[in-house]
Amino acid sequence: MRADLELIHRWVPEGAHILDLACGDGTLLEALARDKGVTGYGLEIDPEGITACIAKGVSVIEQNLDEGLVHFEDDTYDLVIMTQALQALRRPDRMLDEMLRVADECIITFPNFAYWRHRVHLGIRGYMPVSKSLPHAWYDTPNIHLSTFNDFEHLCREKGLRITDRAVGIGDREGHWATRLWPNLFGEIAIFRVERQDRR
Amino acid sequence: MPEFPDDSVGLVTPQTAHFDDPLALACGRTLPAYDLVYETYGTLNAERSNAVLICHALSGHHHAAGYHDADERKPGWWDAHIGPGKSIDTNRFFVVSLNNLGGCHGSTGPNSTNAATGRLWGPDFPMVTVSDWVHSQARLADRLGIERFAAVIGGSLGGMQALQWSLTYPERVANAAIIAATPKLSAQNIAFNEVARQAIRSDPDFHDGWYTEHGTAPKRGLKLARMVGHITYLSEDAMGSKFGRDLRSEDLNFGYDVEFQVESYLRYQGDTFSTAFDANTYLLMTKALDYFDPAAEHGGVLADAVAPSRCTFLVVSFTSDWRFPPSRSRELANALTRAGKPVSYVNIDSPHGHDAFLLPEPRYQAVFSAFMSRVARELGLEKRA
Repeated sequence: MRADLELIHRWVPEGAHILDLACGDGTLLEALARDKGVTGYGLEIDPEGITACIAKGVSVIEQNLDEGLVHFEDDTYDLVIMTQALQALRRPDRMLDEMLRVADECIITFPNFAYWRHRVHLGIRGYMPVSKSLPHAWYDTPNIHLSTFNDFEHLCREKGLRITDRAVGIGDREGHWATRLWPNLFGEIAIFRVERQDRR
Repeated sequence: MPEFPDDSVGLVTPQTAHFDDPLALACGRTLPAYDLVYETYGTLNAERSNAVLICHALSGHHHAAGYHDADERKPGWWDAHIGPGKSIDTNRFFVVSLNNLGGCHGSTGPNSTNAATGRLWGPDFPMVTVSDWVHSQARLADRLGIERFAAVIGGSLGGMQALQWSLTYPERVANAAIIAATPKLSAQNIAFNEVARQAIRSDPDFHDGWYTEHGTAPKRGLKLARMVGHITYLSEDAMGSKFGRDLRSEDLNFGYDVEFQVESYLRYQGDTFSTAFDANTYLLMTKALDYFDPAAEHGGVLADAVAPSRCTFLVVSFTSDWRFPPSRSRELANALTRAGKPVSYVNIDSPHGHDAFLLPEPRYQAVFSAFMSRVARELGLEKRA
């Protein structure tokens, strides 16, 4: 499993009822159901991802996340997870509101635009970064809202949300000492755990 | 031996099951005895765990796959999905498909003789509901030695039966596929059904439903009913791309004969249907559609209505379906997620309107195959050679 998924797997409580937004081929939900008795649904828009989920027995709902979570009621899930999709949404800030409307806790991962390799690409070479976490060229990328660790933390502060945990992924590993010292520079994938201030 | 495609179930023969136990119906009346005509494809395994029930739609019947004889022009109505190696793989599954009560293809209905009077049932045939069908189907399952279905599957009115199965007999359904259906009809749906019924009932040959005794048949009414229905089954785009505003001849003749291709098509469909289908059956089946509303007994809260179900659901809609649009399937999927039931919902991109559920489409087939393969895997149904 991808490093960010490994970490999320550890963070998710036993038996939780969750939504996994942009669940892809259902790898995470399948593992969580098997190992931790987690229930819930994946939301996905990619036809191949949806078919893969169904083949695995992962419950998947076809939905465009840009429509928000209108089909889901307030406070009906323990946790909402969204891996590597925030940057592809039209309004990531509104999605954050939506996620913390249906649950009081969420886990979000996204590529950190301030990762040192990305900085080298743009700052020194003058090209838009292309990397494992940002694999597309500038003209065909689905990623329309790239951000950094700092940007995301700033957004959470503005919204009055509490960041309860954060981690970084580099390649297939989790972060080492350098990332703990300076995550915004050395972290390739940002992994945040966020909750509402009013969480009971 | 006749030659059939390799992925066809080949030659099939309908069978009849007779039931003498009276069946109490939702309308308050009781059917003292009845026949159900059905077909099966594949083989029931020793554990009796591989049975799949296919429920038919409004004008459908038991002949879902294969051929009745070597000269049959078209195979059964769902042949695209049932057969060796197809989505519902008859190498793994034992498929049962039947003609519903009230039908006109062999099961007891308005065209059968009422033993109490010696007359045809005609318009006296009791009103049947989706629930009644499910009860009668369960008795057929008992007869066939099927305790629990690996899957109950249906499109449109068939999807409503699949849903009802999951609620009436939750312990007897492992999986349910509900395709191009709705948890209840909208006022517009009921309105279209009423136009169809009025077309039939106002035909001078209808004779209050006793047309057979009068040696007539309300063919003009049935034809109109089907024409209206047919319009709702196709999408505007499908009709547009199939016919456009093409004329049959170069000049307009400023009359009411057939001028546009689409008129010719609808008349042909209507004519064909009016000679093959029974008017009283059409009336009954559209009423069964109108009455279906499992949420009604739960204060209109569908999530409460689906609470008893214990199966895994697949809900499928088609983007251009305006008879039962994707929003209606989504409503069902939402109720199931609210109730915390395992459900996958897929909205297939198709230009074919409501009819899409009968047609082969790569993504539809991929989704359906993935679902059925998972069913087979979980039930340990090994592929037979």
